[in-house]
Amino acid sequence: MNLTIAANINSFLAALVLLTAFGMLVQRRMYGLIHLFAWQGLFLSVSTAIVGFVAGKHHLYISSLLTLSLKVVLLPYILHVLIYRLRIQKEVDTVVNVPLTMLIGIALVIFSYHLTAPVRELSTLVTRSTLAVALATVMIGLLMMITRRHAVTQIIGFLAMENGLFFAATSATYGMPLVVELGVALDILIAAFIFGIFFFHIHTTFDSLDVEKMARLKESD
Amino acid sequence: MMPTPIETASAGVLGLLFIVVLAGIFHRNQRLLLPVCFSLASAASLLTAVAGGWAVGQGLTEQVVMLIGLPDLPFHLRLDPLSGFFLTVIGLLAFFVSVYSIGYVKGFLGKRSVTSLVIFYCLFLAGMFMVVLSDDALIFLISWEVMAAASYFLVVFEDEQVENRRAAFLYMVVAHVGAIAILLSFGVLAGLATGFGSFSGYTFDAMRSARFPVEWATAAFLLSFFGFAAKAGVVPLHVWLPEAHPVAPSNISALMSGVMLKTAIYGIIRITFDLIRFFPWWWGAIVLILGLVSAVMGVLYALMQHDLKRLLAYHSVENIGIILIGIGLAMIFTAFKLPLLAALALTAGIYHTLNHAMFKGLLFMGAGAVLHATHERNMEEMGGLIHLMPWTAVLFLVGCISISALPPFNGFVSEWLTFQAFLLSPSLPSPLLKLLIPMGAALLALTGALAAACFVKAFGVTFLGHWRGHHTPHVREAGWMMRLGMGMAALTCLLLGIFPTLVIGWMDTVSEQLVGTGLGTSAGTLGWMWLTPVAYERASYSGPIVFFGILSVVVAAYLLLHVRPGAIHRVPIWDCGFQKINQRMQYNATSFSMPIRRIFGFLFHVREQVRLSPQTPHPAFPRRIHYYLRVRDRFWGWLYRPVIEASFWISRKVGRLQQGRIQAYLIYSFITIIILLVFVR
Repeated sequence: MNLTIAANINSFLAALVLLTAFGMLVQRRMYGLIHLFAWQGLFLSVSTAIVGFVAGKHHLYISSLLTLSLKVVLLPYILHVLIYRLRIQKEVDTVVNVPLTMLIGIALVIFSYHLTAPVRELSTLVTRSTLAVALATVMIGLLMMITRRHAVTQIIGFLAMENGLFFAATSATYGMPLVVELGVALDILIAAFIFGIFFFHIHTTFDSLDVEKMARLKESD
Repeated sequence: MMPTPIETASAGVLGLLFIVVLAGIFHRNQRLLLPVCFSLASAASLLTAVAGGWAVGQGLTEQVVMLIGLPDLPFHLRLDPLSGFFLTVIGLLAFFVSVYSIGYVKGFLGKRSVTSLVIFYCLFLAGMFMVVLSDDALIFLISWEVMAAASYFLVVFEDEQVENRRAAFLYMVVAHVGAIAILLSFGVLAGLATGFGSFSGYTFDAMRSARFPVEWATAAFLLSFFGFAAKAGVVPLHVWLPEAHPVAPSNISALMSGVMLKTAIYGIIRITFDLIRFFPWWWGAIVLILGLVSAVMGVLYALMQHDLKRLLAYHSVENIGIILIGIGLAMIFTAFKLPLLAALALTAGIYHTLNHAMFKGLLFMGAGAVLHATHERNMEEMGGLIHLMPWTAVLFLVGCISISALPPFNGFVSEWLTFQAFLLSPSLPSPLLKLLIPMGAALLALTGALAAACFVKAFGVTFLGHWRGHHTPHVREAGWMMRLGMGMAALTCLLLGIFPTLVIGWMDTVSEQLVGTGLGTSAGTLGWMWLTPVAYERASYSGPIVFFGILSVVVAAYLLLHVRPGAIHRVPIWDCGFQKINQRMQYNATSFSMPIRRIFGFLFHVREQVRLSPQTPHPAFPRRIHYYLRVRDRFWGWLYRPVIEASFWISRKVGRLQQGRIQAYLIYSFITIIILLVFVR
């Protein structure tokens, strides 16, 4: 596989990652959201594997496998169980309406392209064009956390941000050292477990997972 | 090997720290803890005072680099005549007060644990000693904060009363605002001394050898003056003083008023005369004007009080003003290169520092003895105590005479010197100053007269006349230790008043160090009997002769009255020629100060109401009359209320940021990230 094809495939996968990010921004159903998250993980994992193949960095295969097992299989499974146990079937309600969120998302993408323009000039890597997408994914993840009210969607937003960071690491420098990758992966896993436990507690305390309700914890004057 | 003064002083400070440990060990046995710790504290204080006096007398300057400190920034200590002088002042009063405390603190035994009082008392003293010993900005500020924190805990010692906690909080706030200003001032000086890239500018030596551009020096001076003025209680930063001093235990009030305020004076002198050294004359004018305002306002406020300790606290404001007048004049004279006059004014200022420490310490100890015996701070409820507490009354009277600047006691000497400095100001080259400064002398004279009136009131209402309270008093004379502490302070007041020439000869090294020349030769031209500040044909005062003159008149009067039987006969007290006057009808503190309240009323926020009781059948025959009087500080409304309200307003506005909603917090981080990406990439 020569470099141009690899770069093209990589750009295509980046486009898919961005598409899933936007999909998550508009998806109102909980199960749909988790499926989109799993798809994003899959694209990420494939992209990592291709980059590893082209650049000859074999530790990226391990990262890719880790991503596949964690973000495509394990985390969606945990979230599934969570939703099933807590019986959160209803649609996700948003704070800001969907079209406006989309517009903000588009603005963020343009902004990140603008921001990474100097890097694209200087970099010689195959993956240089995808850095903007990675940054945009991070910011869209944060935007998702801001616009959603449900605690589970906030976690998905957080995990999507992590996906973006991972993507940025692969595209900017061909991935972080393996030790760091392993550490991050473990952190994510632990975080997911902790979130799960906390959700049960929050649910029993507030009878809901709506973070707006937590405003009651504020000390009033 | 002979120890050097600085070793002796350090031993004193270490001794105080040792007592802190000891107090922790003796915590279980309060009865033993009290005499052991306070007598050790008095010994340590005396040791430090001796070390200071030694350094002043010999004119020695010693420096030590301590083994401890921050990494690469060791602490420096230095004992020179200026710090030695303040060590003597602090140590001497601390000695008297420690002796007094052995008796005074007994009053708390059985009511509450005094361990914390002992611990913070020693830390407080150690902090004050270290402030004057320190020779770099770091240890200075650390000691300054130790002193402030320890005194906070002492003020709040009787913490079950809301009033005490409020006063201590106010004190803490003012102390910290001041400390921030001092910190900034040292930052400016240290930065300019060696450049902002180096850290070695924090030592006072580096600042001493640097030459500062005048605008930065002015910034540093104004900041540090603000900070020290807040500590010293200069008007308008005095509001904490009348709140904090009355609520502290009286031995602590004596120390706070007597010597803690003096550390601020020390700071002002150290920064201007020693570290910055070259300054324009108008710095002195600022100090002089604020000194005059403090002196006049302080005494007027004091006249309005009927709480004995509050009255004394306001007098501290007045006396700090008088000290600052001396220092301000010295700064003006130095700026115009008149070293002899500067030496005179500086000597007047620091002599008054020493005197004020002694007589204010004495007065607070006396007030403490009265409080201890009567459990009453309000003068309107006292009276006639001279019969029940003759010792305390006589010693308190000595303090009153001293603070009213009457010969032969010490207050007279220093105020007289300040007047001499004022009267010599026509030799200044600027015609404007020539005209304006003598007007300050008039204000100082007014202050002296009002102070005398105020102490006639304080002594008269407390100790003379009849008991005014509702219940018959069970008052006992103060214990021996308390009397001993007060007696030594009173004796010092007398000696400082009788032998001023010797004292000035001793402390001449201070003005030699700071303004380059001393008064020693001109002051003692006619020997130790006569004090001739500049030249004998100009003005002279002889303490011993005045003392023996007064003493012989008193002895003659006593003999004349007691030799003839029947020359003395007792009549009802204070009945003003009426018969059957009762104790509620006598002259009291409020009525005494009424004329002054009428004249100077515009300076205060006075609310006065006379109301007949509702059951009165006809206004001509009132059954009962209610008199309501409240005198308040105008500065509170002018200066402090707006600041307090503004800070609450800002807090409420900032408090809106805290929404309690996760989304809001996420938006804050999101916006921060975006802004950083836009501007800092």
